[in-house]
Amino acid sequence: MLTLALNILDIVQNSIRAKASEISVDIIESKKTDLLEIGVGDNGKGMPEELLSKVTDPFVTTRTTRKIGMGLPLFKYQANLAGGDLSIESGEGKGTRVKVTFILGHVDRQPLGDIAGVMTILMSANPEISFLYSHKTDNGDYRFSSVETKEYLGIKNFNDSHLLMDIKEMINENLKDIGVSDLN
Amino acid sequence: MNNFNENICTEISNVPNLIIRSMSQIKSLADLKKKREEIKTGLDLRVKAIDPENHVQVKVAMATCGIASGAKPIMEFFVEQLDRRNIPGIVTQTGCMGYCFAEPTVEIKLPGKDPVVFGYVDLKRADLIIEKYIKEGELIDGIIPVNYETIDSKE
Repeated sequence: MLTLALNILDIVQNSIRAKASEISVDIIESKKTDLLEIGVGDNGKGMPEELLSKVTDPFVTTRTTRKIGMGLPLFKYQANLAGGDLSIESGEGKGTRVKVTFILGHVDRQPLGDIAGVMTILMSANPEISFLYSHKTDNGDYRFSSVETKEYLGIKNFNDSHLLMDIKEMINENLKDIGVSDLN
Repeated sequence: MNNFNENICTEISNVPNLIIRSMSQIKSLADLKKKREEIKTGLDLRVKAIDPENHVQVKVAMATCGIASGAKPIMEFFVEQLDRRNIPGIVTQTGCMGYCFAEPTVEIKLPGKDPVVFGYVDLKRADLIIEKYIKEGELIDGIIPVNYETIDSKE
């Protein structure tokens, strides 16, 4: 995983497998406090406490094809490298919220990467799930909602590649406006 | 990879009905809608009824192993190119199929046929998969054999 966006794409798969109908990705970055915080929340089935306590262990997974799961451990490792950490709040039937923190200016912090591309991929591949993406910086914030976009355009899914490219462009333009720099 | 993209672009520029993306900036949902309406009038409206049985189904494996090996650009490639090459298809993502050694992997189901899993898919092979397998039905190297069909299940 070379960028934070790819890590987000990876852990959102956990939310999808937990049968979430709403998934939110919130990013807050501040040069003033030198902090970057990424939150991924869902309304899926959640997990019991005993699983929660050991879920960042690579040898724990709910998948049955193999006995290891690397998504959360890899993300946590990246956070630890950059002076941050990963924490999870969850309860059975209550959904799950993963919070990952980083020191924004840390030399070992991965670049954010193509977050707009990740959001468009998620929306096009999972039309039944509502995605909410918000990004906050010192200069302002941007919010994108898949449901709002579908309603506004009067469409049911995003399987038109021109539309997807345009959405990606729209997100990128707005992110540039609020001063998000490491989008590649 | 850059050279390869240029090749594709020259190939695509020969396709009729190609919409040249305008340079106007899209910043709001209103811009998005306007752009969509512009495109609609310039395009022969392909009817995209959602009937998976008559569509090519492309599933890109996107678990940790797939994403780390570059499944994201492959998925974007399929979404874009199926549309550009006028192939009615649905591109979705799937989890780990257990072929982590061969990631990125892509499962293709042509209408009325059994799904086939291709391994080690890069942009070049993705192009080949569209041209040879999806368009012509011709198999190419690098197929991961189905291993769940045992002698017992074959009778």
